[in-house]
Amino acid sequence: MATADTVQEKPLSPAMVVVRSPLAVWDFIRRWPVIPGSVIVLFGLATIFTTQFSTDDPNAQNLRASFAAPAWNDEYYENNDRIDRRYWFGADQHGRDIYSRMVHGTRVSITVAFSAAAIGMTVGLWAGIASGWFGGWFDEIMTRFVDVWNGLPFLLIALVVSITIGTGLMVLIGLLVMATWVGLVRNIRAEVLSLKTRDYVSAARVAGGGDFRIMYRHILPGVINLLMVLASLRIGGLILSEASLSYLGIGVPSRYPSWGNMISDGREFLDTAWWVSVFPGFCIFLVVMSFNFIGDWVRDRTDPRLRQIR
Amino acid sequence: MIRFLLRRIGTMAISLIGATIVVFGLAHAKDDPINVFIRAEGYAIGPEQIAALRAKWGLDRPIVLQYLTWLGNIARADLGRSVGSNRKVTDILWERWPATMQLAVGAWIVGTFVGIPLGILSAMRRASILDYFLRAFALSGQSVPAFWVGIVGIWVFAVYLGWLPVPTFYGRTDADFWGQFQYYIMPVLVLAWGPIAGYLRITRSAMLEVLDSEYIKLARAKGMGYPRVVAKHAFRNALIQPLTVSALLLAGFMDGAVLVENVFVWPGVGQIAVAAVNDNDFTLLTGIVFLFTILYLAMSFVADLLYVVIDPRIRLE
Repeated sequence: MATADTVQEKPLSPAMVVVRSPLAVWDFIRRWPVIPGSVIVLFGLATIFTTQFSTDDPNAQNLRASFAAPAWNDEYYENNDRIDRRYWFGADQHGRDIYSRMVHGTRVSITVAFSAAAIGMTVGLWAGIASGWFGGWFDEIMTRFVDVWNGLPFLLIALVVSITIGTGLMVLIGLLVMATWVGLVRNIRAEVLSLKTRDYVSAARVAGGGDFRIMYRHILPGVINLLMVLASLRIGGLILSEASLSYLGIGVPSRYPSWGNMISDGREFLDTAWWVSVFPGFCIFLVVMSFNFIGDWVRDRTDPRLRQIR
Repeated sequence: MIRFLLRRIGTMAISLIGATIVVFGLAHAKDDPINVFIRAEGYAIGPEQIAALRAKWGLDRPIVLQYLTWLGNIARADLGRSVGSNRKVTDILWERWPATMQLAVGAWIVGTFVGIPLGILSAMRRASILDYFLRAFALSGQSVPAFWVGIVGIWVFAVYLGWLPVPTFYGRTDADFWGQFQYYIMPVLVLAWGPIAGYLRITRSAMLEVLDSEYIKLARAKGMGYPRVVAKHAFRNALIQPLTVSALLLAGFMDGAVLVENVFVWPGVGQIAVAAVNDNDFTLLTGIVFLFTILYLAMSFVADLLYVVIDPRIRLE
């Protein structure tokens, strides 16, 4: 017995601690979305503290530094010793700082995507709840409408809108809302249909609760979980759509720096200045990938039934 | 079955009419539809001329009558004339259509024959390094903007390495087979990455679900080898999901084609859609919208049919 105790209380050898802690770290990383989470926090901070993050005015032109190379390109700065080495990711054709434009683009893209998501989710949520709760002709019309809406090619409709209505931030957010809300209706409606038959809903009805009171107090809390999952899955797609529209010149107006606009700006100068469009695109990729990863993670954690959705 | 078909065709008709209402509504969304075609202040057009044009295009008639006339023209496959080139919209679409189709079908083939096998592989080697790698590949395929991949691809493979030709508008027409083939490689792969990702994820989750079922365990308990179980029992049942979405994915390419064609200067429908915006060419753009809508509806119809044909459990209902 004494020997067993001494074996038990023997402290772990340093080697074992070293081996164990990376494993524990790895386990933590596998269990929680640490890396995507930190990416999103970083970009979130850049959205809020845009001026603190950026090193320059995003629209300040400096034609002498037109197409200045990224700061690590020693060869370029040795040959052009009159240009300041302050362009971390290079400069575009007007000598505007790519890094600062990217930071300001973060604010524009994230703000647009989140406003569109917030409005679209609210509309989709209540359309779905009303459709499932009231049923009957209202439900029939709503379902048909969603079918029709889903069949429309979003990008082309956006092009048509740019001709007939014009472009602008509000139009862009409106378009993204239009593209978001229909995707929710079907899922929310199905959930409401099953919640509707629960005993507590009948009890609320017997107790004299009206339609809107029951929808708000008893149905809404039941679907809010599903809504969060759907929202986290959608937000990446919204950022992508915003970038696509801006790339085509019908999204964010060109006087604001945005990732899509920047990629489109740099397209013509690929062979001389690759950094103009490569870095903003990489930002899109990082942010969208992080949101998609977290969306998948939230879904797998909370609602295994949805796992079939792309 | 016949009832199902009739119902389905009815829904398609409603969707098409819905699309016409949306487009028509958009033309009237802002003050006066005549402003879509002319900019009075820009061209110094007098009020008499505007009134004459209004009468010529029938814009002075009641709105319902305008809509019905327009709908009647569409039903007779008369989409009007392009504002930019004054050619018939149907002619332009007919001319540009094959190039888009080649791209879409190429990407569809690559997507299907790469995505589904990779999905099965990923499910069979679950939680292995290969599985993690494939899942990361799929996740990035769904997160990356296709137009940016196209641009980076041109920069790396055409400009920097020089392995593939730099895309030009008519460059691919006057070359031998291999010469032409080179022009297809990049756009097809760029367009296919998203669908490969979609297939991979759907197939993987379908396969995992099937592999977890009782009859697979029974087959294993009987003593059947793992490869045989996968080939004979799991594979066929796991295919239902990806096959039914495959038709919808082909329709999804149409949206992606607008961006990818624009990047690769591909002489297809998607490219003129963007050009039409610069020309303020409303008629041409609505023609393209209808073309894509019809295509999407046809594809989702095929998807529903496939579902019924492949899965007997649905046929019984």
